[in-house]
Amino acid sequence: MSGLDIRGLTLELGGRRILDGVDVEVPAGQVTGLAGESGSGKTMTGLAVIGLAPAGAKVSGTVAYDDGEVRVPDLLALRPGAMNRLRGRRIAMVFQDPTASLQPMLSVGTQLTDHMRHHLHLSRSAARTRAAELLERVRVPSPEAALKRYPHQFSGGQLQRIAFAIAIACEPKVLIADEPTTALDVTVQAGVLRLLRELTDDLGLAVLLVTHDLGVMSAVADTVAVMRNGSVVEHGSRFQIITDPQTAYAKELVESLPHTPPPGTGEGEA
Amino acid sequence: MTARLSIEGASVTYRQPGRNVLTAVDAVDLEVGAGEVVGLVGESGCGKSTLARAVCGLEPLAGGRILLDGEPVEKLGLRPRDPRLRRIQMVFQNPYASLNPRRRVGAQIEDGRRVAGGGAPTVAELLDSVGLDASAGSRYPHEFSGGQRQRVAIARAMAAGPDLLIGDEPIASLDASLQARVAALMRRVALERGASLLFISHDLAVVRVIADRIAVMQAGRIVEQGPAEQVWASPQHPYTRRLLAAIPIADGLGRLPAV
Repeated sequence: MSGLDIRGLTLELGGRRILDGVDVEVPAGQVTGLAGESGSGKTMTGLAVIGLAPAGAKVSGTVAYDDGEVRVPDLLALRPGAMNRLRGRRIAMVFQDPTASLQPMLSVGTQLTDHMRHHLHLSRSAARTRAAELLERVRVPSPEAALKRYPHQFSGGQLQRIAFAIAIACEPKVLIADEPTTALDVTVQAGVLRLLRELTDDLGLAVLLVTHDLGVMSAVADTVAVMRNGSVVEHGSRFQIITDPQTAYAKELVESLPHTPPPGTGEGEA
Repeated sequence: MTARLSIEGASVTYRQPGRNVLTAVDAVDLEVGAGEVVGLVGESGCGKSTLARAVCGLEPLAGGRILLDGEPVEKLGLRPRDPRLRRIQMVFQNPYASLNPRRRVGAQIEDGRRVAGGGAPTVAELLDSVGLDASAGSRYPHEFSGGQRQRVAIARAMAAGPDLLIGDEPIASLDASLQARVAALMRRVALERGASLLFISHDLAVVRVIADRIAVMQAGRIVEQGPAEQVWASPQHPYTRRLLAAIPIADGLGRLPAV
């Protein structure tokens, strides 16, 4: 299978078991959603996969990676140097808050070319040209000028688009998106979700989408895995999870949503 | 029925050095009746929080006036506020910042009770009304989760016996599974104690469930207001329609929201 295969992932931190045997597959060309309340371990799963688990954490289990060119039987067993060659190159991540994940003192151009020059060995000008193309790809207006500007000169939605551009710059095969739209307004969120879906379909990305918003899940995820207390309690297609959850906890999670009739259609009853 | 809070043509402007004056709130008319829950929605930067601050007297008005039970709300200065105007209480967005980390939550709720004078419910009763155990009063804010802290903040605001409770994005920093629950709790607690509620949020889906009326704000103006179900089911203003179309619906059909 092309993509990620997470098997029996456990993570212990300070004597507490944060992840308790997570099993989930993240196939290429699909968005795999991780849902659950805060503290259920969904963010930690993303961080453990990309090798960013907090210091002192004991991680076990296997995460198999395969993109057709490169096969790694277990990402967790890689030495730090080998993982550094994959991280940012084959596996990329987008975080929740772009104002925190981007460096405020470096221009967008620097942050967008740095890793391309390192991983892809591009020249300064080639990297710059590609950076402008990427900004155009994620629809940041006037890309050339944007490269010279700094994060504080952009709105939250634009910054998140830039974060996506940085993540896909080295043509990764796996993208981990941790609550990428939670900090954004609904109208901006709609644009970013479209972008995420488009990138998944066009680039054949295997996307692991972490979000607590089942509306967002329903819009972009192909399959949804519901997490609780550090393990996956149910994994199925988005339609099945949302309309016909099998486990008690998934049912509870779906029912905690406000019942929402489609707006603007005249169906008004609560 | 006379309005508990009436905002009449209120404007708030900010001077920007070297640039034009920014009008954050532009001649807004809004009423909140006694025992009514009004939801104010709009995107970030539309001026909804500025309006909430103006209602508390934290922002000077450039024009218009704000009346609480017919009395004008003056800008809060160095002198203590007129006791009649202490009946407005606010619950802020971030319970990690709005509670004092070095004081026990019971003591902080007690502060609110002192404002109310006699006749306020006890700390234990207040904690009970927001679904917390009475023993919570002797603990510190860091011992609570985000949702529990917001409950403490609601209890503290209600301790002052307000006639008008304002929630400024009170659920934005909470989990999805908690948002609807905390919003419903705020409505219940406010109405039980006879307070009106002005609930500010960017999340129309949650506001719709708890508000009697919804007002939609864009660029400092209220572009549409009406009964909650009417605004939801048949929005009149193009901006409201756009806002509604952008909400992802959890129907499992994989429909991308309109941009």
